Amino acid sequence: MTSPVELSVRVNGASHQRSVEPRLLLSDFLRHELNLTGTHVGCEHGVCGACTILMDGEAVRSCLIFAVQADGHELTTVEGLAAGDDALHPLQTAFREAHGLQCGFCTPGFLMTLIPFLRDNPTPSDREIREGISGNLCRCTGYQNIVQAVRLAAERMAPEATP
Amino acid sequence: MKPAPFEYHRPGTTDEAVTLLAEHGWEAKLLAGGQSLIPAMNFRLAQPGVLIDLNNVEELAYIRDGDVGLHIGAMTRQRSAERSELVAARAPLVHEALPFVAHPQIRSRGTIGGSIAHADPASELPAVTLALEARFRLRSPRGARSVSADEFFTGLFGTALESDELLAEIEIPPPADGAGWGFAEISRRHGDYGLAGLAAAVQLDGDGKCSKARLALLSVGDGPVLATSAAETLLGAEPSEEAIRAAANAAAHRDIDPPSDIHASAAYRRRLVEVLTRRVLPRAFDRARGVDLKPITHEA
Repeated sequence: MTSPVELSVRVNGASHQRSVEPRLLLSDFLRHELNLTGTHVGCEHGVCGACTILMDGEAVRSCLIFAVQADGHELTTVEGLAAGDDALHPLQTAFREAHGLQCGFCTPGFLMTLIPFLRDNPTPSDREIREGISGNLCRCTGYQNIVQAVRLAAERMAPEATP
Repeated sequence: MKPAPFEYHRPGTTDEAVTLLAEHGWEAKLLAGGQSLIPAMNFRLAQPGVLIDLNNVEELAYIRDGDVGLHIGAMTRQRSAERSELVAARAPLVHEALPFVAHPQIRSRGTIGGSIAHADPASELPAVTLALEARFRLRSPRGARSVSADEFFTGLFGTALESDELLAEIEIPPPADGAGWGFAEISRRHGDYGLAGLAAAVQLDGDGKCSKARLALLSVGDGPVLATSAAETLLGAEPSEEAIRAAANAAAHRDIDPPSDIHASAAYRRRLVEVLTRRVLPRAFDRARGVDLKPITHEA
């Protein structure tokens, strides 16, 4: 069975069927088969976090999963965050306003890590934020503004903030 | 593509998985969470000819309480175990150690059984299960057998698993009266492999004397290392500051022969073991006395 395997997956709400080689990484599947190039590929061995996506709502590294393993699962990539083409997710807005990105290469991974993080812990301390993003590397912005962006997003996304 | 080609199988049951394993033998690798295997495959350090993916074997993912302790299915995600109230109550040492396992994204995918069967000397769960005298249930087409953690870890990435065997379940004895525990590890950055770590399970008798001590160290040998002479210095004694210092000294200088590598020298690792022992044991004994302590969070 090194021959192609059928794969059916939902990504950002849309269904896709493909036939792929079992050794195709999920990160490469998203980028090359579905043209969802928002998921970035950095180290490809689970250190940098740039390829983080959501699988059934949990943050995972798409470079450490084979595409065939996503069969029957629900994925969300950074393209699926905002409500529309002209909109940004509140977390994205907070990153922009707090200068939480410079070159932006690591940003999709940070965002996708932070979605379940803020879901599970809507009012994190700075220490918890730093632990939450410990699996994501940023080589140019520095982490200060990223932490500030998370704080800002948490304030705005907190349940009591919406009437 | 990064990994070399392989033949892919996706069994739905444990029986199917072990049948495939028996058919392909050492040529096959079991794919659990894949958080160690897939990086190795991406580097082509590992090029298994056959991959048997256990992620659809739902019967291997569970956490159940029983008479002899907690039963954790091998395919239970580390993140599920970390969030489990049952694990926190019945296997508090496992609960305390899990946040040290890599990063949150890795733990969403990584499994309890995968980490144990991989037996990386730097990983936390082998040391924790060794300290807790856990037992492992192994399955093959020939049947099932139960192996103690002491027998299971046999050296560098080495385990008692035969070529047709799969780790199916981890069984963790419940904490006895007067039991205490503690875990700490030191790494350069949070989530990195620990330079050294200690999982301790102790017990005090009615007179406040130490009746049991299992100190399992990580990253200081070929596998998890039980600090037996340190334990001997504690047994029968009141765990005074002096006794703990003697145990720390024994752990660092008699129980281990740590490697020197690019991450740390042997001398530095001995020093870390001494510090970790002096840090973890007072907490473990406090807990044995019934003092409720918050876990030691990440050591910078």
